[in-house]
Amino acid sequence: MIDNLITALGAEFVQLSLTPIVIGTLAAIACALPGNFLLLRRQALIGDAISHVVLPGIVAAFLVTGTITAVPMMLGAGAAAIIAVVMIEIVKRLGRVEPGAAMGLVFTTLFAAGVLFLEITDTSSVHIDVQHALLGNLESLIWFDAEGWGSLLDPAALATLPPQLPRLAIVLVGIGLFIFLFWKELKISTFDAAFAGAIGIRTRALGFALVVATAVAAVAAFDAVGSIIVIAMFVCPPASARLMTNQLVRQVGWSVVFATISAILGYVLAGYGPGWFGSPYAVSAAGMIATVSGVILILTCLFGPQRKRTGQQAEA
Amino acid sequence: MGFGDYFISALFLQAGYNSALVAIGAGLLGLSAGSAGAFIFLRKRALVSDAISHATLPGVGLAFIVMVAFGSDGRWLPGLILGSAISSAIGLLMVEWITRKTRLTEDAAIGAVLSVFFGFGIVLLTVIQTMSSGRQAGLENFLLGSTAGMLISEATTIAVAGAMAAGFVFLLRRPMTLVAFDPEYAATTGVNVRNIDLAMMGLALIVTVIGLKIVGLILIVALLIIPPVAARFLSGYVGAVLSAAHAALPTGPIIVLVAFGFFMISALFSPLRGGLASALRHQRFQRRVHRRQGLLSLARREPIYDGLTIRILRRAGMIRADGVATARGRIAAEKAARDEARWAMARRMLPDDSTIERYDGLTPIERMMTPDQIAEIDRMIQNAQTTQGAKA
Repeated sequence: MIDNLITALGAEFVQLSLTPIVIGTLAAIACALPGNFLLLRRQALIGDAISHVVLPGIVAAFLVTGTITAVPMMLGAGAAAIIAVVMIEIVKRLGRVEPGAAMGLVFTTLFAAGVLFLEITDTSSVHIDVQHALLGNLESLIWFDAEGWGSLLDPAALATLPPQLPRLAIVLVGIGLFIFLFWKELKISTFDAAFAGAIGIRTRALGFALVVATAVAAVAAFDAVGSIIVIAMFVCPPASARLMTNQLVRQVGWSVVFATISAILGYVLAGYGPGWFGSPYAVSAAGMIATVSGVILILTCLFGPQRKRTGQQAEA
Repeated sequence: MGFGDYFISALFLQAGYNSALVAIGAGLLGLSAGSAGAFIFLRKRALVSDAISHATLPGVGLAFIVMVAFGSDGRWLPGLILGSAISSAIGLLMVEWITRKTRLTEDAAIGAVLSVFFGFGIVLLTVIQTMSSGRQAGLENFLLGSTAGMLISEATTIAVAGAMAAGFVFLLRRPMTLVAFDPEYAATTGVNVRNIDLAMMGLALIVTVIGLKIVGLILIVALLIIPPVAARFLSGYVGAVLSAAHAALPTGPIIVLVAFGFFMISALFSPLRGGLASALRHQRFQRRVHRRQGLLSLARREPIYDGLTIRILRRAGMIRADGVATARGRIAAEKAARDEARWAMARRMLPDDSTIERYDGLTPIERMMTPDQIAEIDRMIQNAQTTQGAKA
């Protein structure tokens, strides 16, 4: 048993599984953090919209630059996300349409345009395709040069880490910093926008900054893990956390915990789970991570201490 | 045959029996999607259909696995449709359950259900890929829709189901209209609002599962949302035709983009809310303001400098090229000045009157007040002038 554990966590683990797990966890937390505020502002589906819109942005960036390097792709995706947010506003005002419908209209249209771009232009030679956009390639983010846990201290080996890892780490730090620095403003404007405006917080600018942070998280995570995890992590861990506590700090804490559990457990179940049933194949890690986050949400819906609306509190 | 020719022949259903059937099926699908979507849109639940459509994926996967386990091919469309209907119904009920039982809002429930069901569906798809009979299942086509290589039996299934959905909308149109516009009133007339709501969502579900093969589950929601905001059933038809004309392209995105094109047209040209109509309204208003201000300047014998004002007055024959008022212009100016004076007096006499609050600075007073009110106002103006004259 112990021997099994040691081999399971040996050199092969570091090489094949450690980086995907770390990247998945970073992506999950980066999405869950802004997700908390989106959830409370009833904008949970903005994450959904943005992650659909990322595809046309990436395709457009590829068509313009002709390369698949990370920087133009991320710029393209970010630009597409901002265009989408502006378009949603325009459709809402122009058509006097409710926000949900405006959102649905914009993101499906942009996504359709992205798919069509992909199909009619000659992008088949490169590895952007719809499958990849949806599922990501978490399993392929392996660390070739790792020889064991010791490699974590070896600069030469560290230099060959998949580039998504440092990128996501930077994004996560940036988002964490944004939330930490604007904690008070975000909190007040989320719970009482009118009061926030009255005490001089620029609520619209702050709301836009939050959407930009969401877009950055979506784009960075999308590249590594695909859009399913992105959408699931924007909604599920914060929603589960909301059912655990009435305090925003604790909610954010819980959401980080849930996101981490989903990422690690999901990856392990996807990679090693089928083996327990005697199947030599692995299943989609991205899909499994989303599934685990859903199971956590169901559990908190059933047993979360603060699951009821105020006013219909469960008998204590 | 060029693309254009092919498009024309496909539009008139002459590009082969199969394309014709697919086009008719897509047209019927568009018809029922548009009309069902209209009710859902009016109930402000457009994005619930997004959860429904993503929730079809695990059903498709499970149906495939079950059918293979019973030794069949696994790609039998009615079976896949049944599976997707069951799993999206579960998804729909989950959204309802989360919203009702917990304090999470509907949008959070929608986001959670769509991402988790979709993720689980992807897990099942990877399982299927490893099954011996699953190598070429082609289930990925359900993501974005594809009519290439569609069997005639499948096209028939879609056409029949589309017709049934359209008939269902027709039967339920009255209670659904009532509930969509005024649920309280509908409840007092004995309509069961909750059941009708469920029926609406059931309709969205039917449209979704039929549309899976043609439009794909990611984009089917667009057909439920965009047409109600814009045009009606032509979009589905034209899109399928476009795609039939260019067989390599996935059907779904094209249909969605055509629908969006209709949205843009209606957003710009709709007579009531369209962008063009409001631009025209704005321009008309602007011209009236300029005309009025120009006439008032004439009455006060002030020179006019504003280019637009001069042009408007010139065209109406109120002033000559050198800026001097014509006879018509003098009469109109005098009338405008009198109107302005009457309004000013009316405001002083009746400061709280609702008629006066509605005054926009343009409407002639005759249109807002009765002749005896105006006579009263004129008398007051006369009095004011005589007292002023006496003081002087």
